[in-house]
Amino acid sequence: MKRFPVHVAMLLWGVVTALPLLWAVVSSFKTDNAILNDPWSLPTDPQWGNWARAWGEASIGRYFLNSLVVVGGGLLLTMLLGSLVAYALARYEFRGNRLIYYVFVAAMFFPVFLALVPLFFVVQQLGLLGTYQGLILVYTAYAVPFTVFFLHAFFKTLPTEVAEAAFLDGCSHGAVFFRVMLPMARPGLVAVGIFNFLGLWNQYLLPLVLNPDPDRYVLAQGLAALSVSQGYRSDWSGLFAGLTIAMLPVLIAYVAFQRHIRAGMTAGAVK
Amino acid sequence: MKHGRLRFLTGALAPALVLHVVFVLSPYGQAFYLSLTDWTGVAGEAHFVGAGNYARLGGDSLFLDAVRNNAVMLVCVPLVTIALGLFLASMLHLGGRSGRSGIRGAGAYQIVYFFPQLLSLVVVAVLWQFVYNPTNGLLNGALRAIGLGGLARSWLGDPQLALPAVMAVLVWSSVGFYMVLFSAAIDGIPKELFEAALLDGAGGWATFRKVTLPLVRDTVQVAFVYLGIAALDGFAVVQVMTVGPGGPDGATEVIGLSLYRNAFTYGKFGYASAMGVALFFATLTLAVLALRSGRKERLELA
Repeated sequence: MKRFPVHVAMLLWGVVTALPLLWAVVSSFKTDNAILNDPWSLPTDPQWGNWARAWGEASIGRYFLNSLVVVGGGLLLTMLLGSLVAYALARYEFRGNRLIYYVFVAAMFFPVFLALVPLFFVVQQLGLLGTYQGLILVYTAYAVPFTVFFLHAFFKTLPTEVAEAAFLDGCSHGAVFFRVMLPMARPGLVAVGIFNFLGLWNQYLLPLVLNPDPDRYVLAQGLAALSVSQGYRSDWSGLFAGLTIAMLPVLIAYVAFQRHIRAGMTAGAVK
Repeated sequence: MKHGRLRFLTGALAPALVLHVVFVLSPYGQAFYLSLTDWTGVAGEAHFVGAGNYARLGGDSLFLDAVRNNAVMLVCVPLVTIALGLFLASMLHLGGRSGRSGIRGAGAYQIVYFFPQLLSLVVVAVLWQFVYNPTNGLLNGALRAIGLGGLARSWLGDPQLALPAVMAVLVWSSVGFYMVLFSAAIDGIPKELFEAALLDGAGGWATFRKVTLPLVRDTVQVAFVYLGIAALDGFAVVQVMTVGPGGPDGATEVIGLSLYRNAFTYGKFGYASAMGVALFFATLTLAVLALRSGRKERLELA
């Protein structure tokens, strides 16, 4: 008896969550006319042209590739630098160790808005405004503190015996890190990697300020610009198609790896 | 070996430290100084104006609108999100037959609820702009379809409704994540406690209040801090979704948007930096308050 209302409540929130997403996907196959006159109808014959128009004419394809380059570069660099710093601070004792740790970790508690104005001029003065390299370096700089915080705790929990044996066998410090410790830290790297990927892929404020060249827009920027310009041209179907292109890859990857992803995301918050 | 150690440590730390100093620490430091000047972006043309920018903030009606809106969001968004998240998480676990085994389809619900968390706030904002569209949007369409066409509104165009509409989007996009977070916390509670409560004849609500809630309090507190920080932002959703941007009559203006506009549209970099400093202290206060109230509550529990 009591389970019935529970199911209704759960189902209701499921519908509230999924319906807008489904609606966008369905609308991306409809004609503008059908979208305007009958928002609830199903497409009679699927308009694949909407997708082609969004990908090509509306440049969603280019924005997608820009995002791939910038997020891919930023993620690789973040994981490399972040794990190096976390490992060095967790496994070596030296003067200033705690200080360096706190200098990194304190940055997590400052709102990015505070840094925005000076950051713009720093990037401009380095000649990196509107470049891939500029965005990659800034993304990395802002993602490293959390990565260090997360992996520092992780490296502390790993056993020491394996590394000691590797040292006795004559491995250098670098070799111990790359060949022994990094593979052992894989679960932690996956968790923080997923967290960082989503954070960087969804970044909007930093590219909005530091990446003014429309040719290099990332997906979020491009979509925001598109929603303004397509609104004027009332190409709703094209905009829905662009929206769907932006949503689907992440949602499909999520359904495939959902357990890992949820664990990674929530691990990030529990600390 | 000693030599190799120093070289490794330098190589491991130096690149990240350089990036950190150039792109993170120095901008944060400069922001505090800039907030005391009238700088408009011309090199060498920054004059020290002391607390002048801060005094002007108090008379800037749009900025005060932004502070008011962020304050409303700071109260409403975390409360509603946490209430919904806790409700769904405990339903997921406690709705089952034995009182703790979880309901059928719990896995599928978790997958679907988590969807919005994966989407960029820009994607969410563009999507909801359509949902709220007065003529052909999903919301008004649904209302008309079930015969409640009289309730159809221009959700983002009405100064009374625009801010609640924006907050609803923020709640929609984050409930799933906090549901999963609370669900993991409830998983960590020893099963014996629920069994004992059941044996003592406690109903669902009593079990939730006396067993679940006290034991997930730490997680709820973390959620408050995160949601509070998100509510003090709100930039992406407001900038993409509301007219202006900033809504009709400044109804959805937020501090971040004021800062962005003053800096990158008007070129008032000193003034914008003062807004950044104000936002920083608001964030800091929030974190300190949340952590201190938590410490007191835990003592009461003990």
